[in-house]
Amino acid sequence: MGRTLFDKIWDDHVVHAREDGTDLLYVDRHLTHDLHFRAFAKLEAAGRHLREPDKLIAVPDHSVPTTAKTVADIPPGEMREAVEVLAAAADRLGFTHFPLTDPRHGIVHVIGPEQGLTLPGIFLVCGDSHTSTHGALGCISLGIGATEIQHVLATQTLWQRRPKRMRVTVTGALRPGVTAKDVILATIARIGTAGGTGHAIEYAGPVIDAMSVEGRMTVCNMTIEAGARSGLVAPDEKTFAYCRGRPFAPEGGAWDAALAHWRTLRSDSDAVFDTEVEIDGSEIAPMVTWGNSPQWATAVTGRVPDPGEAGDATTAETMRAALDYMDLRAGMALSDIAVDKVFIGSCTNSRIEDLRLAARVARGRRAVVPTLVVPGSGLVKLQAEAEGLDDVFRAAGMELREPGCSMCVGMNGDMLQPGERSASTSNRNFRGRQGPGSRTHLVSPASAAAAAVTGRFADVRDLLEEDDA
Amino acid sequence: MSTRTGPEPFTTFAAPALPIDIANCDTDQIIPARFLRRADDDPEYHRFLLHDLRFDAVGGETDFIYNREPYRGARILVADINWGCGSSRENAVTALLANGFRCVIAPSIADIHYANCVRNGVLPVRLDAAACATLRAQLHANPGAEIAVDLESQSLSGPDQTRYDFEIDGFDKHRLRHGLDDIAMTLEHADEIDGFRADYGARRPWLG
Repeated sequence: MGRTLFDKIWDDHVVHAREDGTDLLYVDRHLTHDLHFRAFAKLEAAGRHLREPDKLIAVPDHSVPTTAKTVADIPPGEMREAVEVLAAAADRLGFTHFPLTDPRHGIVHVIGPEQGLTLPGIFLVCGDSHTSTHGALGCISLGIGATEIQHVLATQTLWQRRPKRMRVTVTGALRPGVTAKDVILATIARIGTAGGTGHAIEYAGPVIDAMSVEGRMTVCNMTIEAGARSGLVAPDEKTFAYCRGRPFAPEGGAWDAALAHWRTLRSDSDAVFDTEVEIDGSEIAPMVTWGNSPQWATAVTGRVPDPGEAGDATTAETMRAALDYMDLRAGMALSDIAVDKVFIGSCTNSRIEDLRLAARVARGRRAVVPTLVVPGSGLVKLQAEAEGLDDVFRAAGMELREPGCSMCVGMNGDMLQPGERSASTSNRNFRGRQGPGSRTHLVSPASAAAAAVTGRFADVRDLLEEDDA
Repeated sequence: MSTRTGPEPFTTFAAPALPIDIANCDTDQIIPARFLRRADDDPEYHRFLLHDLRFDAVGGETDFIYNREPYRGARILVADINWGCGSSRENAVTALLANGFRCVIAPSIADIHYANCVRNGVLPVRLDAAACATLRAQLHANPGAEIAVDLESQSLSGPDQTRYDFEIDGFDKHRLRHGLDDIAMTLEHADEIDGFRADYGARRPWLG
């Protein structure tokens, strides 16, 4: 019987296999960020050593105010402490670190692929659940907890039980105005936020094949919102072209050897998946979430659902609580919901293609609500400026900030006030995620820009048609 | 050499239990992100658990169930589907431990949170949704009622002494029973890791 892509990469990293089914896996890359600033003192206090410093790459992102260009711009306190302690650990222990002043600085899940640290076939870990992003390049990437981080620092390995394998096949072709974000929101709406629990998800089918590498990152990023720790896409010519020439990617003969291996990385035609899901990409519309779980998403043309029509009492009660928290009424049109702020950014949607999508809608229009555009890295910001996107955002009254996690997670100064409602390109609409009492609606960068210029959840396809007319 | 030890071993545990009737209770609910930079031994840590459900904007207590007696003394938690979904923050488990919780029972528990529980001596138990609903209903009807868990026999008894069996991975059970520190165990395989490293470097030379 054939093997899946996931199994091929997994098998390539097994150091030791226990009879009970748990494997010790070798870790090729360990990425980390400022929230793990205490990890190094803890390692040292336990009398342990960083086993392979050259496999560890760190960048501050969660605790970085997007107004800060240097550490000195961060107000004294725990945010600055986290950033400073991480930098000092990098100096002391000799691992790579991109400080705020380095154009390579940015969100950990943006800079990994951007720098060629993320490559097909590798096993990559990071103490962050959105590590699933990196699988877009055809590798196994896993979000891990603080104890697992200590283990990787000390041993460069990790004990894991092989998850089940799920394949999500997206058929057909996306219609204009529909993006990778809409594909993953529609997927989560279909399988639920626990649908992928215990699984790794391989995304396949014509829509994924046609998608850019950056779009695949958006899809894999929110795999964790479907309950699965890892998402991945078989690497193809687009992937190889994306990797070639990046600073940490192989060159010359090493590139040729890598490429020969990477071309073998696909699921065999007779590989069997534990679960198969098929989604018709042609049917996907721009999506908006309305509740406090990413699975509660519907087409922008739709209405807020009625808890009374839920299948069971628990779901109905949870929906009622969500509508109460979100201050929404069953049956109201999503296009009637007004927003207070718009956020375009996060590890889900802060790459150059995301900024281009937003700029396309913003061009020639004015934002009617405060709008933050936060690039995923210094290099994304430079590219946006080189393309004149900064002028488009400025002319539209949108604010282009310095890179960081920003308003995806209310812990760096960028946040909503209690009761405020956002259209956000981030990945979680949990209660309080963007600050206590915040109300978050997840959308694509194109839809976020549409919300910015109309002040409500408009169908971005209507705006794009206006432009074409 | 290190004197560090692993988490407290888990054998049997009996304690009053707290019902949490929230489906998909994510780790941002279990501990909001703004507390994630705090040290594990911060004396305030116990307050961070379910903080925004327990406290209002000015720090006053809400009528959330964990603020009521006798539920304040609970050390086992019975939740609903997809407990611990969302962020990988192990701080969620630190917050549970800061309040003495050693066991979480739910119909489904998110993968990363599950792993974080096991590595900190907190037993995650998956029971079917009907059993969890029954337990929560009994805990509402009998505040302060106890649940008794026995890891060895992989069973627990509810407030009415009904016995429930549960499944757990053999390695996870072994870790929990002995309070194992994975690193010490792994370093027993140091030669194997070195051997793999040499072979892997030859097979995948571009990864250095």
